[in-house]
Amino acid sequence: MPRSIKKGPYIDEKLLEKVQKMNESGRKRVIKTWARRSMIPPEFVGHTLAIHNGKKFLPVFISENMVGHKLGEFSPTRTFRGHSGKKADRTSKVH
Amino acid sequence: MARIAGVDLPKDKRIEIALTYVYGIGSTTAQQIIEKTGINPDIRVNSLSESDVHTLNAYIQDNCKVEGPLRSETMMNIKRLMDIGCYRGLRHRRGLPCRGQNTKNNARTRKGKKRTSPARRK
Repeated sequence: MPRSIKKGPYIDEKLLEKVQKMNESGRKRVIKTWARRSMIPPEFVGHTLAIHNGKKFLPVFISENMVGHKLGEFSPTRTFRGHSGKKADRTSKVH
Repeated sequence: MARIAGVDLPKDKRIEIALTYVYGIGSTTAQQIIEKTGINPDIRVNSLSESDVHTLNAYIQDNCKVEGPLRSETMMNIKRLMDIGCYRGLRHRRGLPCRGQNTKNNARTRKGKKRTSPARRK
């Protein structure tokens, strides 16, 4: 179920504050953030945020198309490198 | 032969049903179209008059997004997801379900027919 429209979008306040300060001063810097649940407001466009994926911070450049998505969508938390069986099968076939 | 929105409709079906053969028109939309244009829903496609076909075509052109434009719109939406590199886009790239379904079993619609890997052996 989506978030109630009455509440408006959830945006991490501290992060927004930081970004707005950067917008005013015109400086650009990568901000580390854990706020994966925060929606991307138009203010974020053009900045690079390092979004935590549980292990490390993945730098993501925010483009216009990303507005309305959540930050966490751009920092995958799982690594899947295929099943073990297939790989063994492939190597045994080669040799 | 009735051609609506570039699709040939089946001749011997009721118009209400036949309209659903157009991509982008389901039974609800078909019923709405017939209500708005005031055509008898029980009439068969082969007995539709020329003017009826014309009004249907005009109504669909003005109010519905069907066939080519609709397909390209959905493709563009998916392409957007893939380009921005979000989770749903990644799932589309890998051909896996992107709405959080389990993939341990099933999910055959997205994953396609079963591939049995250990069966190949010399």
